[in-house]
Amino acid sequence: MSQLNATKVEKYRNHFLREVEANVEEGHWVKMCMQCGVCSGSCPLGPYWEHPPQEIFMMIRAGKREEVLKSSSMWFCTSCYNCIARCPRELPITHIMHGLAHYAKRLGLAPQNQATPKFAQYFWDNLYNGGGRVNELKLGLSLYFMNGLVEGIKTALKMRKIGQGMYFSKRMNPFEIFGGHSCKDSQGLKAALNKAREIEEAKAAQFKG
Amino acid sequence: MVKQYSFYPGCSSQKLASSYNQLRSTQSICEVLGIQLNEIPDWNCCSASIGYAGGGELPRLTLSARNLALSEKEHPGQDFIATCAACWLSSREANDRLNENQQLKTEANEALKEANLTFKGEKKVRHMVEVLIEDIGYEEMAKHVKKPLKGLKIAGYVGCQTNRPFGIAGESFENPVYLDKMIATLGAEPVENYDKKVSCCGGALMFSEPEKSQALVKDIIQAAYDGGADMIVTPCPVCQMNTEVYQEHINQKYGTKFNLPSVYYSTLMSVAYGKTAKESALDGQIIKAKKLEEIAAK
Ligand code: SF4
Ligand code: SF4
Ligand code: SF4
Ligand code: SF4
Repeated sequence: MSQLNATKVEKYRNHFLREVEANVEEGHWVKMCMQCGVCSGSCPLGPYWEHPPQEIFMMIRAGKREEVLKSSSMWFCTSCYNCIARCPRELPITHIMHGLAHYAKRLGLAPQNQATPKFAQYFWDNLYNGGGRVNELKLGLSLYFMNGLVEGIKTALKMRKIGQGMYFSKRMNPFEIFGGHSCKDSQGLKAALNKAREIEEAKAAQFKG
Repeated sequence: MVKQYSFYPGCSSQKLASSYNQLRSTQSICEVLGIQLNEIPDWNCCSASIGYAGGGELPRLTLSARNLALSEKEHPGQDFIATCAACWLSSREANDRLNENQQLKTEANEALKEANLTFKGEKKVRHMVEVLIEDIGYEEMAKHVKKPLKGLKIAGYVGCQTNRPFGIAGESFENPVYLDKMIATLGAEPVENYDKKVSCCGGALMFSEPEKSQALVKDIIQAAYDGGADMIVTPCPVCQMNTEVYQEHINQKYGTKFNLPSVYYSTLMSVAYGKTAKESALDGQIIKAKKLEEIAAK
């Protein structure tokens, strides 16, 4: 168990709802859910959600910490905002799903074999280390190779035609991999991001539900 | 008189990135309509809707707050404009949330101090489509049409994030009609009751869950064919890419024979305004939009 996870388990004991309120983006909304089920019928990849949003909210209130945080479900959110547009209680469901996913990842509980947690992390690292802008080529490459070299080569071959199409239509620059674009003040940006994280962690530590 | 805007291009519009063609065609119509897009100096990525694995709430809000702060400082009095749905959404969301929540705003500013910037929250964050509809208007857009796109039938694919949760003022979530109106303004015929108009294409999950997302795209393209469309038109760079570049994969998997061009509204407008194929960024198509090429060559 990760150190952070152990600390949180110790701190909240059987108060998973409170833990979510303190640590998850827009988590304080969870208790407003009236279990109507509208959101669950809204997800484009709905059939793949082990627990659709409505169920996740119910499970949080029932204290099913492990089942929620280890679930692959939130990682199937496409950020389509269907749910937010329809929820009668106006819960920011999309953000809560992202928040749960982020929290699970930080605790080391996110599923190991699912592609989206890895991809989403690559995206962030690419931005954070790449000077504040996303380098699409590098992002694509790390993605193909994330399951190992052999798989990566197979995927890269499968995607080769798309790559060529993008290249010939002037939409992918092979030189981007050597640095490409970045912000001039990437130092300042990085410092601001580090500070933001620091503030956020301090706030979660102080939360009194 | 030229209208000035503070412009956030986003990563995918960088020179030679995946939606660079959107930027080129947008510039060509802006010239015609008297719109000047002033690029925000030293902007950063907004982390789209997928940065959440590594980035917490405040770091992600800080990313957008930095762009907004730069815009406030460098382009006072100009609205903040994005062409990418995801860029617009995250910038507008950050702007709203920081303005509504004083504590979050103070925290974001504490973080931004590290970069010597301050977010004041005085910007209006708008999508390029809002500029066209609200500041220019359909009538003015129609006036500049030199080559009406007669005989073309087009499926207007609005997608999710240009539509939800904010959308365009006065439009419904279920059936927004502005894109159809824009198509008609250019002399083409919009597919009526295009039933995948606001369906999701999988967005960024196209990369991590390709099979599942391609199944969504298959239905979006099939519905366009069913409506008799010659092509799809969309305002969103991710929608555009997702509906265009995977058609061969989909054909292989499902035995379909898709070969349907998918273009930006800006490309469509550019051709109707009499620009060349190059100015309209038709060379940026992977599935060539032959009918538009013919019109552009006339
Ligand atoms: S739509 Fe809203 S109220 Fe209904 S189940 Fe979903 S979150 Fe709860
Ligand atoms: S935004 Fe996420 S949670 Fe909401 S309907 Fe779409 S996929 Fe489901
Ligand atoms: S949404 Fe996409 S294109 Fe826009 S800034 Fe973020 S990563 Fe770049
Ligand atoms: S349709 Fe796809 S790319 Fe377009 S906004 Fe929705 S998820 Fe994003």
